[in-house]
Amino acid sequence: MRKVIKKVFWAWESEKEEKWLNEMSAKGLALVDYTWCRYAFEECEPGEYCYKIQLLEHRPSHPESEQYIRFMEETGAEQVAQYMNWVYFRKKTAEGEFEIFSDVESKLKQCILIKKLLMPIGYLNLFIAAMNFVNFAFNAPKFSWLPFINLLCAVFIFAGANEVNKKIKAFKKEILIRE
Amino acid sequence: MENIALTEAVFYILLSLKEPLHGYGIMQNAEKLSGGRVKLAAGTLYGAINTLLEKGWITAVPGENGDRKKEYVITESGKTAVFAELDRLRELLKNGEEQTGGWSK
Repeated sequence: MRKVIKKVFWAWESEKEEKWLNEMSAKGLALVDYTWCRYAFEECEPGEYCYKIQLLEHRPSHPESEQYIRFMEETGAEQVAQYMNWVYFRKKTAEGEFEIFSDVESKLKQCILIKKLLMPIGYLNLFIAAMNFVNFAFNAPKFSWLPFINLLCAVFIFAGANEVNKKIKAFKKEILIRE
Repeated sequence: MENIALTEAVFYILLSLKEPLHGYGIMQNAEKLSGGRVKLAAGTLYGAINTLLEKGWITAVPGENGDRKKEYVITESGKTAVFAELDRLRELLKNGEEQTGGWSK
């Protein structure tokens, strides 16, 4: 029986999202599909799967991504969903620990990729807010909330990017003393 | 030959490729050789394999008997890198043991 749960995780919350998916799996609900904020689950043995999420550099349909996903599948992981450049992998818990990255360098690269995804969206919102402010200041006599919406979006996204940045800094420090 | 330390992933990949082996085989071999300590995650392994291919330290072997999994094998320059790393490790070990000889634990 299929069960759909609507839930929002932001791009900087993928670890939280993984944790939630693994908690669902522990309860006997295994993720089988994902599209924009909609998680589809099917029943499984409690704790049957371990889930990991990865942001890829290219679209999943890109040859390089396809090659990578094939490699992941050769090592016993299964791709259950893809959304934009995000891929959802799972592996049977019985087959041992499931991690995508075992070195700090790769974890750092993943964080940098997430930051690169966020920054342009933040700047775009900031730009639109600025344009609207200018427009309203000169052309519209009445006060409007519209520019503030984009401004809030920009602040929210930059705050998220800041979370990622903290991780990036921590990884960079770790790289200085160990692999 | 540049004098930089190899990462643990790279070291164990190179050690695993005397005979052609696919990615999953490398993961299993590294874990076995290190007594279960080194667990190479697939994403890390994939990145390292691609870098090693670019450097020419390993090469992809054309697949045999219908097995579609890509296999890799170490090259001469890969072996040179391993020998250089072994020299470096010997130096580390020698200095480490000599210098800590008088330390109390």
